[in-house]
Amino acid sequence: MQEAMINKAKQLLSEGVVNRVIGWKRGEFAYDITPAVFENAEEIEKSFVYDDFTAANVSKYLVKESKKDGKILAFLKPCDTYSFNQLIKEHRIIRENVYIVGIPGGPKLDAEKIKAKGITGILGVKNENYTLKIDTIYGEETMPFYEAVLDKCASCKSKKHVIYDELIGEDGDTLDSNRFDMVEKLENMTAQERYDFWRSQLSKCIRCNACRNVCPACTCEKCVFDNPDSGIENKAPSDSFEENMFHIIRAFHVAGRCTDCGECSRVCPQNIPLHLLNRKFIKDINTFYGEFQAGEDITSLAPLNEFKQNDCEANIIHERGVE
Amino acid sequence: MQRIGVFVCHCGTNIAATIDVKAVAETLSKEPGVIVSQDYQYMCSESGQNLVKNAIKEHNLTGVVVCSCSPRMHENTFRKAAASAGLNPYLVEIANIREQCSWIHKDIASATEKAIILGKAAVAKVHLNAPLTAGESPVVKRALVIGGGIAGIQTALDIAEAGFDVDIVEKNPTIGGKMAQIDKTFPTLDCAACILTPKMVEASQNEHITIHSFSEISDVKGFVGNFTVTIKKKARFVDETKCTGCGLCTEKCPMKKVPNEFNMGLDNRSAIYIPFAQAVPKVATIDPNYCMMMKTGKCGICSKVCSAGAIDYKQQDQYIEQKYGAIVVATGFNPINLDKYDEFAYNQCPDVVTSLELERLMNAAGPNGGTLLRPSDKTHPHKIVFVQCVGSRCDDSKGKPYCSKICCMYTAKHAMLIREKYPDTEVYVFYIDVRTPGKNFDEFYRRAVEQYNVHYIKGMVGKVTPRSDGKIDVQASDLLANEQLHIDADMVVLAAAIEPDKTARPLATMLTTQMDTNDFFTEAHPKLRPVESATAGIFLSGACQGPKDIPETVAQASAAAAKAIGLLVKNSITCNPCVAHSNELMCNGCSSCEKVCPYGAITYIDKEFKMPDRTVAIRRVASVNPAVCQGCGACTVACPSGAMDLNGFSNSQIIAEVDAICK
Repeated sequence: MQEAMINKAKQLLSEGVVNRVIGWKRGEFAYDITPAVFENAEEIEKSFVYDDFTAANVSKYLVKESKKDGKILAFLKPCDTYSFNQLIKEHRIIRENVYIVGIPGGPKLDAEKIKAKGITGILGVKNENYTLKIDTIYGEETMPFYEAVLDKCASCKSKKHVIYDELIGEDGDTLDSNRFDMVEKLENMTAQERYDFWRSQLSKCIRCNACRNVCPACTCEKCVFDNPDSGIENKAPSDSFEENMFHIIRAFHVAGRCTDCGECSRVCPQNIPLHLLNRKFIKDINTFYGEFQAGEDITSLAPLNEFKQNDCEANIIHERGVE
Repeated sequence: MQRIGVFVCHCGTNIAATIDVKAVAETLSKEPGVIVSQDYQYMCSESGQNLVKNAIKEHNLTGVVVCSCSPRMHENTFRKAAASAGLNPYLVEIANIREQCSWIHKDIASATEKAIILGKAAVAKVHLNAPLTAGESPVVKRALVIGGGIAGIQTALDIAEAGFDVDIVEKNPTIGGKMAQIDKTFPTLDCAACILTPKMVEASQNEHITIHSFSEISDVKGFVGNFTVTIKKKARFVDETKCTGCGLCTEKCPMKKVPNEFNMGLDNRSAIYIPFAQAVPKVATIDPNYCMMMKTGKCGICSKVCSAGAIDYKQQDQYIEQKYGAIVVATGFNPINLDKYDEFAYNQCPDVVTSLELERLMNAAGPNGGTLLRPSDKTHPHKIVFVQCVGSRCDDSKGKPYCSKICCMYTAKHAMLIREKYPDTEVYVFYIDVRTPGKNFDEFYRRAVEQYNVHYIKGMVGKVTPRSDGKIDVQASDLLANEQLHIDADMVVLAAAIEPDKTARPLATMLTTQMDTNDFFTEAHPKLRPVESATAGIFLSGACQGPKDIPETVAQASAAAAKAIGLLVKNSITCNPCVAHSNELMCNGCSSCEKVCPYGAITYIDKEFKMPDRTVAIRRVASVNPAVCQGCGACTVACPSGAMDLNGFSNSQIIAEVDAICK
């Protein structure tokens, strides 16, 4: 796949269709793959990477990139296309300035899960019949492939590209995923159990802002958490209330706009399952207002931005809260 | 430095009996920025207002907090007082310590504590108030009346009389409403049609009135003085402009087995029909559920016999968009569905009828040509039992908690008319109470009892059982004689409760007006503003606001017209300066606010910005049209970045209030 993508990128650059390419390159470690912009064939040849660790969603980068001169080529996985669509809908991306090549998505791997098996010094991985062969500085190790898959890929909602100019490989379908299983488990807890669960998670937060910075729904010109006039600006949580409220406010801000790309949980250095907050909103929106997937299209009105006469009344929150 | 004055009103004993007003004034005087804090018996009185004005001048106040009744009552009074003393009126804040405190609490200590907290919140807010200036917006000189019953017709006629254009939107093929179905009217017993139909004709001939019959409201946008309404003209499959109302098509139509709504389904009409002889507009309508041509494509007789060529089987629903300055709601009422009342055998026995069905049975244009005959076997009934309060004054979920108001009088009318026309008929009326408060009403009822010998029995009917011999066994209790009664009646008439028309609720949503739990529209003030809704520019006429008889309906209809005219004569109205504005530096241009704005006040512009790195960027940012914005605040909560804010109710002001309350 990497080869095909490099060839496509070089071809589009040489034809003058695009003047830049957004893809990924390797950082210090083999599993440290980050988005990068390439301006010529040499750079691409040298450092363009697309492998089992390439999970990062590049859609958000296009908010800035699409406003620069010329057209940029973006390789988008199915999940990334949802984010891309949502950003078009919010007028954050200039569609005409992006050439989208749809590429097959995951499942992508979670280096943390490999490391949790005691495997360190990772140099590279190979998937052979769903056995993961890991080349390390200490020699080759193996583990079952699916035990190393990222959480966000294990509960993938769709293999279908919702927007593209051309595709490499075949397009997939939306999946009947199990993504709400954990949300249901949380819903079935008592209020105290749920509170304890979230405290045990959110108390780990170090306010690094990685979740916000990676989130394709968080593209505000000025984030309320950085705005001294907002009344909720803070750099670090001074107490448990602020730890909780940062994530709850963020979940409210992206409610109805979150495309469930799972980047927040993927980048969290403390492994807080932040995506569960967003999924709870997605599930509630589905229940209250009918099935809705943000980013699926660019024309529909989001349920929270629309008023219908048969919308549920606000007291449903209270009614459901009664235990 | 702020110089804030606090003024605590006793409202006689309304506030002072439950709240220690002196303690409130004393405590609030210690709040930051407060330099004068006083209490007074009636702050809204001339001398109370002078207290405020003098304090503003004497202490050079920068803000005023009045702890009193709801801002709905006297905010304007105090704003005007402040303005006359030279203080910007929007630097006045009201702490509602009456409706939201003294009236709902009993314990003086806790009510006083709450009043202090509400006062502190208002002080915290007024610290952040900024002077605002109100603009003006023009008034469209045209009114919309929704509903073409007697209420809507009267309102339209009165508005037209004042020289303004007015449109009536009626969902049925003809105007006239319920009154057109009524036979005689109490307490004078004049014929309903004889007094209604001239008004219908007058409405249709008035050059200022446009009637959209067989039409519905599909969308309402805008605000007082400037509503934009989309009217859906339902396809009647007959060209209104060509149809002469000759009625030949209705005679020739082979499909004659359609239940006739106008006669409450007691007889049949044809698939193409004119509801009744005096219908306005007198235009035929095709019922596509029964028309053979529409259903099977075979027939087309009406089209062949129509010399005007008015039949159009392919007609589509049409949408008209029109601007209005004022909207009057006159959606009226319906009798409730009696399916749940098995004890009265309404669904089992055709000789158990509702009062409205009896009106049709007795009407000359009704199914029996005006002779009262039993629907089952077309014989004269000799014993008739009337049951009052069927579904009215109910404490269960089947019925309505309220009194339907008109039933006592129309039942007396029915009883009297039957005794007059058929003296050999015995009439029984079972009642809980007979309520006759109205001019000449009690005299009317007494005539029924004393002159016409109608048997009024205090008590309720327990069970109605149709018998195999055609009689109806009515089991009832006589509460005064304390005995059980069995009456073998020929007919039973049920005075069904009345309820607002089903179209009222979705309409209320479109108009953003309030309804009560029974779906009656809520008036702006139950005593002092009975024909205005709480939404500016929306007025209420007739039974949509509560059960009413014809004289009351007509009185209210004219009152609503007067209010609408009062608005339409103005060339412009003062706008609310508490409108939204967008902080362009923070706006993402995401369109969330535009999508939630019910008034279409937000547009987007591409604007050049000098960025911190000295480059120039063109960004899409929201722009609020202050003349259109109504300050509802929907955009401020929809905005993900907090760029949208509301003058007079800014996010920081609200948070300051919350902080003051939670402190």
